[in-house]
Amino acid sequence: MSSDRIVGNSVPRKEGRDKVTGRSQYVDDMVLPNMLFGATVRSRIPRGRIRKITFGSGIAWSEFAIVSAKDIPGKNCIALIGDDQPCLAHEVVNHPEEPILLLAHPDRYLLPQAVEAISIEYQPLPAIFTIEESERCSEIILGKDNIFKTYLIEKGAIDGIWEKAAYIVEGEYTTGAQEQLYIENNGMIAAFDASQGITVWGSLQCPYYIHKALMALCNLPAEKVRVVQMETGGAFGGKEEYPSMIAAHAALLAMKSGKPVKIIYDRMEDMAATTKRHPSRTRHRTAVSKDGKILGGEIDFTIDGGAYATLSSVVLSRGAIHAGGPYYWPSIRIRAKAVATNAPPHGAFRGFGAPQSLFAMERHMDRIAQQVGLSPVEIRRRNFLQPGQTTTTEQVVREPIDLSKLLDRALEVSDYHSKTKRFANENQNPTTKKGMGIASFLHGAGFTGSGERYLSSVVGVEGCADGTVRVLVSSTEFGQGTKTVLSQIAAEALGLPYEEVSLAQADTLEVPNSGPTVASRTVMVVGKLVQSAALGIRQTLLSSSLLRETYTAEEFRGACIEYVAAHGQFRSWSRYEPPADIFWDDEKYRGEAYAAFAWAVYIAEVTVDLTTYTVSVDDFVALQEVGKVLHPLLARGQIIGGVAQGIGFSLYEKVVWQNGRMQNGQMTNYIIPTSTDLPPIRVFFEELGNVHGAHGAKGIGELPMDGPAPAIINAASNALGVHFNSIPLLPEDIMDAATVTAQELGAESAGQVQSQ
Amino acid sequence: MTDTRESRSKDSISFVVNGDPKTVRAYPMERLLDVLRHELQLTGAKEGCGEGECGSCSVLMDGMLVNSCLIPVLQARGSNIVTIEGIAAGNTLHILQQTFLDHGGAQCGICTPGMILAAVHLLNRNPEPTLEEIREGLSGNLCRCTGYSQIIEAVAEASRRKAMA
Repeated sequence: MSSDRIVGNSVPRKEGRDKVTGRSQYVDDMVLPNMLFGATVRSRIPRGRIRKITFGSGIAWSEFAIVSAKDIPGKNCIALIGDDQPCLAHEVVNHPEEPILLLAHPDRYLLPQAVEAISIEYQPLPAIFTIEESERCSEIILGKDNIFKTYLIEKGAIDGIWEKAAYIVEGEYTTGAQEQLYIENNGMIAAFDASQGITVWGSLQCPYYIHKALMALCNLPAEKVRVVQMETGGAFGGKEEYPSMIAAHAALLAMKSGKPVKIIYDRMEDMAATTKRHPSRTRHRTAVSKDGKILGGEIDFTIDGGAYATLSSVVLSRGAIHAGGPYYWPSIRIRAKAVATNAPPHGAFRGFGAPQSLFAMERHMDRIAQQVGLSPVEIRRRNFLQPGQTTTTEQVVREPIDLSKLLDRALEVSDYHSKTKRFANENQNPTTKKGMGIASFLHGAGFTGSGERYLSSVVGVEGCADGTVRVLVSSTEFGQGTKTVLSQIAAEALGLPYEEVSLAQADTLEVPNSGPTVASRTVMVVGKLVQSAALGIRQTLLSSSLLRETYTAEEFRGACIEYVAAHGQFRSWSRYEPPADIFWDDEKYRGEAYAAFAWAVYIAEVTVDLTTYTVSVDDFVALQEVGKVLHPLLARGQIIGGVAQGIGFSLYEKVVWQNGRMQNGQMTNYIIPTSTDLPPIRVFFEELGNVHGAHGAKGIGELPMDGPAPAIINAASNALGVHFNSIPLLPEDIMDAATVTAQELGAESAGQVQSQ
Repeated sequence: MTDTRESRSKDSISFVVNGDPKTVRAYPMERLLDVLRHELQLTGAKEGCGEGECGSCSVLMDGMLVNSCLIPVLQARGSNIVTIEGIAAGNTLHILQQTFLDHGGAQCGICTPGMILAAVHLLNRNPEPTLEEIREGLSGNLCRCTGYSQIIEAVAEASRRKAMA
């Protein structure tokens, strides 16, 4: 093959022109003839039995299509991993905002008052809202112990290490819920036709998740369910599983009314009802030698799953596997559990459990450093995983990774050493204090363990009748650049100009199941399959003598046209084959957890203002090794965007809960960073190469979510000399901590802090 | 979504959109955003929050940057409105549309129309803004994908290209 001409270059985004001209069609931009508008009647209490539903007066109810659980033709559940989440609550509700009834009407403006006019009487049941309440089992809301799932990861002989330890360091760390806050709210349109079945169009990440859910719900065979992705205005995991619920609702209303039905959530409904990042609590107990080497430790990682299982087991798995960070643990015991509470189910959000457990690990490393008397730099350097060593799941590190070298580069570009020295002097100034913080971490690309084997993804590449090439995948574009990068890979494989290749719309009628667009798997796993399917097209044209080994784009086009004219549809398929050397034990949670890891060192520089108690990030260095960078502009955009969300997670975004309901579900009081809140985010890629993905690319999408929170909170802790262990870290938390510290330090220093 | 029509009947309301005079029959308190999207099929303006926080419904009204979700259509009577559909010259992109493409300023694209109009408004007032002024000028428009850096670079580049043109 020719050298890389397209891969590695920042070619124009495929759908970019439509996006900058406003022509892109998102689901709310689509209108079907005779379309009705749908709305959802939801639970106002966290837990109870439904006793009576009353349709109030003053509404022409006969004009409405009304759907309840009794109208469901198949099974009343949103099929995902388990089938525990109802599509519509029947006798009981288990969380606020749980859907109970559906309404549709031609006039969208009549819906809010109709929803208001329905009153539901409940027999309330006791509810629980926190990890601790769930653990205490004061009220059992699930099974015998309120636990959805547990994992135990064990390596080495942990029980003998404590007496050998020079230091035993303990800590507890918590992270809050986080709203994905894609700017396009969730939405779906469904149409039903007895002969063709159900079609849904929507804002979504995973067409085949919805396909599976609608088959079970509507009791329809695969060929009578069609799912089409519209342009999707941000997702970040927030459109992984919940769109199945909205598609189900729109489908039921369409079946009942015989008309197309559009359901678009407004912001308040989206924030109140849909999934968020799992709140977490992590406890560390670590045995450390005199010279700062980790001997072993115990990690207890617990997440709040909300009221139904949804994806919590897999979020838990990823969080548990990442809990030990990029360090060598001779022995470790990780206990992980997901517990039930009466909140709306928590779900997928970029990072998927890893940002939670890595926040704890990286804060804890600074705690260890302090107790041992080493710097944050040195404690990490002494414990970094080396090639040939094993991870906590006993996966041998085969990549030629040199974390010390990444750390050195990050220290250099952030000017870490001279700044820490300077800040130590300047922090005598009592009104503002500056600090530097480091986070080193890893992120596994693709599904965990045997996940990719179970998915068994299929990808197609088509030579079209006009001689151009189409890539057929269920991988969706929602801003990351799926359409662009997969086109680059196919064009490169075929030796064609980028313009000759496009992606088919993600429509289950057209594209095979290449798995969900999650887990940083699209470029690495699906990209590799696209490459091999594209090579199949080339091979067919060569072996049918329509093309010679070297060809121009025009010759390829001609050969392709000729082939299609003679043989009809021209498609090449490729199915995922697990690498032979990958071993994973689902029972013991041991083995090759991921085909590849991305590695990173992030460094934050912050100022803490002791007048306003705010933290501002002044500089941010994001340095990573992600294998080959296929599209530098998009890759940089992914990292900066992820860091921005991480800054929000650390310092701004607090979900305020009351009885399981989000109280600040508006953009006015749930605060994400604006353009004035963010520092320059400086991105560096160190390419070491990797054999797994297309052209040696590894996953990139989730990585940048993992590092900002620990780097920033380490920096804030460094600035003030106070250990902060919870995020988000808001001004009131800093004020409390500064006040407590001041009191501990005595009257003299208290005067310094409090008088500001 | 609230019913903004009250009990009053529809009015005939005229304004200019992207250079074309338009007359719509609309309830006076209907949101300009809904009239643009539903009556005039100008779907480039998006609803992100419905309360003037996110800026994805931004349009220019008599040269001012407004959140069209907060403007009752009656208030737009007689005004000159520019939406994202109106800033390219035929097939030639506006310089900001081009620099957004070149610099990765659009990812998922949902904030892009509003963001570009905010940038048009900024450069109209201040053709050579500093990076700080760009950050300030775009701070009413939220983006969840980009972390803003590549948007800011796109605006700075448009300003440079304009200065050289």
